[in-house]
Amino acid sequence: MTDEHFHSSQPIYSQLADRINRQILRGELKSGDKLPSVREMGMRVNVNPNTVQRTYRELEGMKIVETKRGQGTFVTENQEILREMREQLKQKEISHFVKGMHEMGYSDKEIEAGLQSFLQDGKEITNQ
Amino acid sequence: MIKFEQVTKKYMTRKAIQNVNLELTKGKIIGLVGENGSGKSTTLKLIAGLIHPSKGTITVNGVKVDHRIAKEVAYLSELDEYYGFYNVGQTIEFYASQFPDFNLEKAEEIRTFMNLDRNSKLKHLSKGNRGRLKIVLTLAREVPVILMDEPLSGLDPMVRDSIVKGLISFINLEKQIVLITTHEIKEIESILDEVIAIKDGEIIGHHNVEQLRSEQNMGIIEWMTTIY
Repeated sequence: MTDEHFHSSQPIYSQLADRINRQILRGELKSGDKLPSVREMGMRVNVNPNTVQRTYRELEGMKIVETKRGQGTFVTENQEILREMREQLKQKEISHFVKGMHEMGYSDKEIEAGLQSFLQDGKEITNQ
Repeated sequence: MIKFEQVTKKYMTRKAIQNVNLELTKGKIIGLVGENGSGKSTTLKLIAGLIHPSKGTITVNGVKVDHRIAKEVAYLSELDEYYGFYNVGQTIEFYASQFPDFNLEKAEEIRTFMNLDRNSKLKHLSKGNRGRLKIVLTLAREVPVILMDEPLSGLDPMVRDSIVKGLISFINLEKQIVLITTHEIKEIESILDEVIAIKDGEIIGHHNVEQLRSEQNMGIIEWMTTIY
């Protein structure tokens, strides 16, 4: 998580929130795990502590993390919320993909067929 | 916390700073950007009380700035001006003797973080390690205002990274305000709360950086190219 750079033209607090959400989805951060302190997180990702604070507040608002007084910030143990987030992020990613395909003129049928054959071939995207 | 009211600074006939109004509040890291000779260093020196405005007033926490401001302000100069025959430890102790607000324990902590050997003579330090030492000496002071003139300039990426991490780790944002002049925008933009662009002695823009990103989808460099 340290080697990825942030896009300089998008708010860093939300990019960092996305990163943490993805870590939770992948299971790198588990339910009940403690997040690094604001300053510690700032140092890991080279971000202003004020910005990290805002990220944590944001995640708290989404109920994905909770701050326990004097103890720190923890990933929620409420599985329902994590399931919901998982579902939401999936929908978001799909709608982004479909929108892009529509913009290039593909029909729903083509998208469906293309996706199916792609998944059957087991092709994974490799970034160059 | 820091306030400029219609401040002008002239050197002979040349205006280094022109009619600047500025209000900065604590708890922030603020970047001062602009080309060489645009007035960045002059602005810092005015706040540090090292030079005085030709017109207008500058206040820090409501008090008009004069030479006595040194007890409120830590100033990291662009120049290297240390005693070569001192070693790192002696330099830290010398600073502690000069500034009552100097926190020796914190200085040791930052020195260790920066991987500086207490016994190295200053004249034998690499440029990068002199840059690191300057950070130790500046951030160990418990003062409300920290001014840094080009803390990253001429240093290699590893050193720049350790300085940026040092800033994140050792600035007390509950009590302090930090002003940094820099050309190295890429390295520092993720730790800035606000950015101020100066051109020909005038402030041509002042923004909250996250707002710039969310409202205009721009990073500091893109913003600079549109206004500069």
